[in-house]
Amino acid sequence: MSDTKAFARAAAKELANTQLRANLYRATHTIRAKRAAAVSELPDWEELREAGRAIKQHVLEHLDRYLLEFEQALTAAGGHVHWARDAAEANAIVARVVKAARADEAVKVKSLTTDEIGLNEALEAAGIHALETDFAELILQLDGDTPSHILVPAIHRNRTEIRDLFRRTIAGPELGDDPRELAAAARRYLRERFLRAKVGISGANFGIAETGTIVVVESEGNGRMCTTLPHILISVLGIEKLLPRFEDLGVFLQLLPRSSTGERMNPYTSLWTGVTPGDGPKELHVVLLDNGRTRVLSDAKGRQALACIRCSACLNVCPVYERAGGHAYESVYPGPIGAILTPQLADLAGGTASLPYASSLCGACYDVCPVKIRIPEVLLHLRGRVVAEKIGRADPERAGLETLAAIFADRNRYERAQRLGRVLRRSRIRAAAARLPGPLRDWMQARDLPDVPPQSFRDWWRSEKQ
Amino acid sequence: MRIALFVTCFNDTLFPETGKAVVRLLEGLGHEVGFPEEQTCCGQLHFNTGYRRDAARLARRFVSVFDGCDTIVCPSASCVGMVRDYYPELGVEPPAVFELSELLVDRLGVDEVGAVYPHRVAYHPTCHSLRGVRVGNRPLRLLRAVAGLELVELAGSDECCGFGGTFAVKNEATSAAILEDKCRAIRACGAEVVCALDNSCLMHIGGGLSRAGDPLRTVHLAEILAAR
Repeated sequence: MSDTKAFARAAAKELANTQLRANLYRATHTIRAKRAAAVSELPDWEELREAGRAIKQHVLEHLDRYLLEFEQALTAAGGHVHWARDAAEANAIVARVVKAARADEAVKVKSLTTDEIGLNEALEAAGIHALETDFAELILQLDGDTPSHILVPAIHRNRTEIRDLFRRTIAGPELGDDPRELAAAARRYLRERFLRAKVGISGANFGIAETGTIVVVESEGNGRMCTTLPHILISVLGIEKLLPRFEDLGVFLQLLPRSSTGERMNPYTSLWTGVTPGDGPKELHVVLLDNGRTRVLSDAKGRQALACIRCSACLNVCPVYERAGGHAYESVYPGPIGAILTPQLADLAGGTASLPYASSLCGACYDVCPVKIRIPEVLLHLRGRVVAEKIGRADPERAGLETLAAIFADRNRYERAQRLGRVLRRSRIRAAAARLPGPLRDWMQARDLPDVPPQSFRDWWRSEKQ
Repeated sequence: MRIALFVTCFNDTLFPETGKAVVRLLEGLGHEVGFPEEQTCCGQLHFNTGYRRDAARLARRFVSVFDGCDTIVCPSASCVGMVRDYYPELGVEPPAVFELSELLVDRLGVDEVGAVYPHRVAYHPTCHSLRGVRVGNRPLRLLRAVAGLELVELAGSDECCGFGGTFAVKNEATSAAILEDKCRAIRACGAEVVCALDNSCLMHIGGGLSRAGDPLRTVHLAEILAAR
């Protein structure tokens, strides 16, 4: 069953949270300005964007070849490659590797891909605790909460909430709400766990087909810890994360930090190629995840969503995200990119059919996208798919729009409808209609409706010109 | 020059003054304006809501109605964007449609149209004019040349007003929240009049201002340029 109103319902609930609105406004506007400043420093930004787009498009068009090249290079470098068709397969592979190491705990680098497949929950069910080590992810995990932003997952929480949570869970009652103090508390808690963990789990920002290298870009150093300290490292990659050559990183390591945090360069970039004796993990497992991606690839218009490098610039400029927040999207991928990626990965199932409509089509997302994903165009494409595949013949919206199309298809019908509109304007029917559930009532919630003028333009034209 | 007016179904029915202003303005500049009376809707509403079959039919109809018109002007950026950018996606070759400010500045080569409008005006670049059709500073050039007009800066003017066509009703609460912030910015800028290239966005903004009891008016660019 598809639900085209899921987002509207969830958003209405989130909008009532004034604290969330204030946090989001502050955070999105701050990052937005930082990004704009960082981008304006580069005279060749548009060329970089174009290069990023072209490389990603090329990868998506030749993914079969690059995946095999990646597997070959990684295997030659001493890594193990696993292929996972869906979330269940991927989770089972990870659990098997952790259990083979006789571990019941793993430290994790923040990863959307593992959130997408519900890895933590699956591991928990298998008796393995996966500890999130990114500061914000740790906060959410300690509180049983979920991320609401790709890059700033706890954007909806403020520091007094965090202090109270830490007091309850990992620190004593004397903890203050100074950000440094909060960070120190998390660091003390995590350090010990980094040192004792046998298994580290990561996602990846990029995988290099040519060399089998995996790249993680981060700010806190927890990723560096997770990928170097434990003896066993498991990295889960969506199959679309590949770049052909090592030198392609030159483009993406410029595009990503400036677009995401508004920094020229992110603090930590970790690259590892298989295993190196005496240094880092002794065993490397890489899980290549499909989970709907090959189906998305088969859609010539929609597939550009797979070019996303998860920078979250589109979230930070989106008027809808800024008000509704990430939870309203009910997906690991919120904001404009989520509105085109989630429904495609889920094949428009359930509430994901509402996401292509969760946009005013303002186009700000496209302008900031570092790989030039034409998000508005894909939103429109997916709306077309929703109507073609999900909206039933008996749906009142379909009935209304098809009637309207029939009116527009014939000038006489159109002019009769205009005259009817003018009659209704004076009648009590309009007042009544505004009380019935429907578009008019929805409009009137926050806005007045202008009067229908007594004379249409075409009537004036006829009286004037003939 | 002979110019065909595509007034849009929305302006035809709800904002006839805008269409009249375009006619007066262009005739005043010495051009001949035609109005193909068979015209109805470009199909944008259906296309944007996902009803592509209906949109394609309306697109084909539009092209046949305007067949033979070399220059078409349209006082709505979103409708221009529909024809220009999305007709090809429906398999329809788009005719040459110009948004009003594009026509004036690029095709007719005028910034100064002889208008007089002694008011404080804020210009809200609608998303479809700014990031769709990309009219750039053309409307501002036209407004700056209007006698008596004081252009006031609108903070965050490049941010969406929250209209978005059917978005305004499908996601009413979110749309209203975006509108609330836009209205606050408009109120703070000290303008008497908010001007834009799309009456749809202006109806939404005006509806919000009117609901809040604000006396600010919303006026389409064409009506300012036609004021004498």
